[in-house]
Amino acid sequence: MPYAVELLNITKRFARTVANDNVTLRVQSGSIHALVGENGAGKTTLMETLYGLYQPDEGIIRIHEKEVSIRSPHDSIRHGIGMVHQHFMLVGPMTVLENIILGAETTRYSLLDLKRTTAEISELAGRFSLTVPLNEKVENIGVGIQQRVEILKAIYRRADILVLDEPTAVLTPQEAAQLFRILSELKEEGKTIVLITHKLSEVMAISDHVSVMRRGKIAGEVETSSTTPEQLAEMMVGRRILLRVEKTEKKAGDPVLSVSNLSCIDKRGVNVLNDVSLEVASGEILGIAGVEGNGQSQLVECITGLLRPTSGSVTIDGMQIAGLSPKGVFARGLAHVPEDRIKRGLVVEMDVAENLILGLHMQKEFGSRISMNRRAIAENARLLITKYDIRPMNPEALARGLSGGNQQKVIIARELSRNTQVIVASQPTRGVDIGGIEFIHRTLVQARDAGKAILMISADLNEILSLSDRIAVMYGGRIVKVFPDNNVKESELGLYMTGSKSSSAQRASDG
Amino acid sequence: MADPVKSKRHWLEHPATQNFLIPIFAVILSFAVGAIFILIVGQNPFQVYSVLFSETLGTSYGVGQLLFKTTPLIFAGLSVAICFKGGLFNIGAEGQLQIGAFMTALVGMYTVGVPAFLEIPLLVLAGMVGGGIWGFIPGYLKAKTGAHEVINTIMLNFIAAALVSFFVTNLFNVPATVHTPDIAPTGRIPRFDTIFSSFSGSPVNFSILIAVLAAVAVWYYVDKTRYGYELRVVGLNSKAAEYGGISVSKNIILSMTIGGAIAGLVGTNYVMGYKYYFEEGFSTGTGFMGIAVALLGNNNPFGVILAALLFGMLEYGGLVINTMVPKELVSILQAIVIIFVISSNKIFRKIVVNFLKKRTLRVND
Repeated sequence: MPYAVELLNITKRFARTVANDNVTLRVQSGSIHALVGENGAGKTTLMETLYGLYQPDEGIIRIHEKEVSIRSPHDSIRHGIGMVHQHFMLVGPMTVLENIILGAETTRYSLLDLKRTTAEISELAGRFSLTVPLNEKVENIGVGIQQRVEILKAIYRRADILVLDEPTAVLTPQEAAQLFRILSELKEEGKTIVLITHKLSEVMAISDHVSVMRRGKIAGEVETSSTTPEQLAEMMVGRRILLRVEKTEKKAGDPVLSVSNLSCIDKRGVNVLNDVSLEVASGEILGIAGVEGNGQSQLVECITGLLRPTSGSVTIDGMQIAGLSPKGVFARGLAHVPEDRIKRGLVVEMDVAENLILGLHMQKEFGSRISMNRRAIAENARLLITKYDIRPMNPEALARGLSGGNQQKVIIARELSRNTQVIVASQPTRGVDIGGIEFIHRTLVQARDAGKAILMISADLNEILSLSDRIAVMYGGRIVKVFPDNNVKESELGLYMTGSKSSSAQRASDG
Repeated sequence: MADPVKSKRHWLEHPATQNFLIPIFAVILSFAVGAIFILIVGQNPFQVYSVLFSETLGTSYGVGQLLFKTTPLIFAGLSVAICFKGGLFNIGAEGQLQIGAFMTALVGMYTVGVPAFLEIPLLVLAGMVGGGIWGFIPGYLKAKTGAHEVINTIMLNFIAAALVSFFVTNLFNVPATVHTPDIAPTGRIPRFDTIFSSFSGSPVNFSILIAVLAAVAVWYYVDKTRYGYELRVVGLNSKAAEYGGISVSKNIILSMTIGGAIAGLVGTNYVMGYKYYFEEGFSTGTGFMGIAVALLGNNNPFGVILAALLFGMLEYGGLVINTMVPKELVSILQAIVIIFVISSNKIFRKIVVNFLKKRTLRVND
């Protein structure tokens, strides 16, 4: 089969770092090619080079077996390349139709020819089963549909090579399944698809070929049918990886954290949390599954003191903590791994040592008000950096320069060093590479075995299923279902997550 | 995307080196551009610059003048810098220093007979209280209502100017003048020339030591204390501060108040060390120059001292080259320095990156 894309010996340097080092990638025409690798392995840089956002320092690009020079996205679109970025490039207040034609408008007497455009787009949408509401504003449609708009936008620009960067990161299992059906259909129609991902189950499910990148180089290329997730993971990380979390039977003790009838009405007057009750016992992990934006963030903020609940109570060992400040909540024995490490969890312009005391900085061991104890702060950093294997092993490195996984380890290290009874962990491994995920999961399980009560919120179902001892599902600000163990099918969870099924009378404290 | 294939960082890439080199790079560039303007007015840039440097740095009288101009710039620069550290843009140093200096003069004129060891600290404190109140107001408004400090500090500048103008023309003035009566003689800060005769005639006085002490205090406060840690967290990421149990509103009020108090110390130089009274119009935009000083000094207290020296030199130098070129040229030069400092970051980094890229290639070959 001929090649649609050939990236030959591509090298791309940034100052002293080499993002792509002599990388060669060939994608067969009409196939789905997965590009996998850890964060920072150079996948996105390689694809952005193909899309014209970067110029390679060395190497050549061939499209349909002809050498081309791609100096800007404009060139790449001309060569039939379309890219769906991880963060959608859509204009919220404009309609779907306006977004699709933006920058490629058909005009008649220099006026928009919407009639013809609508017909064209409807025809395309029908052909590829990309159903979208053309006259709805983009801000009013779900992320799954927004993604279809992005794909349609690329196809409308006559793309026959589609690059998708982590397309399922924001989707529910049902939406992801739909996306894969669409991708298969696109392939049937002769389109070539490059899929950047780090979810190995997706690679196995949909791709024909896989290229693995590690540290800026190609670590291997295989046919999907002849490989296993374990083998791919090993290629990605360079060592054997446990994809499954090793976990013993839980030895749950008494309930420690209990939330009852918690409700919260936000500034807009929307009931973001609706009569939520749950209990977490020592020695167990309660996982909360749900599509983002169904009240999980507000639940965490109400528990941790960042948001004041409208009614209801939160107690730790019987002590009321609802309505206290974050400082007060911390003091009563709660540690919090926030969902957004850059916005909330870290001060990226500060160094690792200073980040490792955020929230603990008022403790006596780190000095008095008028003189902080530098030595104790450095010692604390050295200890935690070693214990949690934070790289680089330099307390003075700015947090900004750390990889996502290491930034997350800084937060986990700090929060566990509080040695509290309760740990609330929100999206603990979002954007973390496989090696880091393994480490963080092991750490959380160890904390649970040490008798901590852990409330974990995650949009990643694999994580929910493999770590939780019990699972609660949130939808529309309520807990709609509690499973007493983690013997649940993904599809079953998905039904509750999308509100297609519910048994809202159930309380999470039943387990 | 960050990449794991990293070799050891070149010293030019180190933030500390860059923070130091970028302002110097900017100053050199702006003198080069300034030369073009000198050529336009038909003078020889080398000649003008050599007069500029020799008349300011070459004589002890010149140095004295330069230091006298530098002192208030240090206070104003520190005021803006500490607010920047707390994530606030203090455009109000001008108003704060007006109120502060006026308070110093006011307390000074009513406390005749107090011994010097009490009078001097008292007047210093009066200046800090006056400036501090003028900083507290916009800080409080920002913390409690979210009203933007940039707008409120500008408005308070107008109010301050109008208030002191009213006071020194109507209430507290020596008849037929726009200045207050003299402060108590015990409140005077001695001039350098009372001890070192070589400074004879220049108004530089020991308030510059207060300025240096203030810089050390700001450095210690910001870098070494828990208050400073909290201030920096609030300035860099207020959401992380909230999460870490740090009160954002308390720190906003605190940094504006401290910033105002430092600006209020300007009176030590002019009122206590030079004229011994407060006079309307004594500050010609010192508070605004403080913004430039803080920027050039990278909000570092010692950087602020260096930047204040440069601007102090330009301010006095403008007078000495006045015979050769219009004095506006110095204003142009000051403005160019600021523009280059703000835009140098990217230019400088690009040069470093390209330089290192070439070097890496050569090493690899």
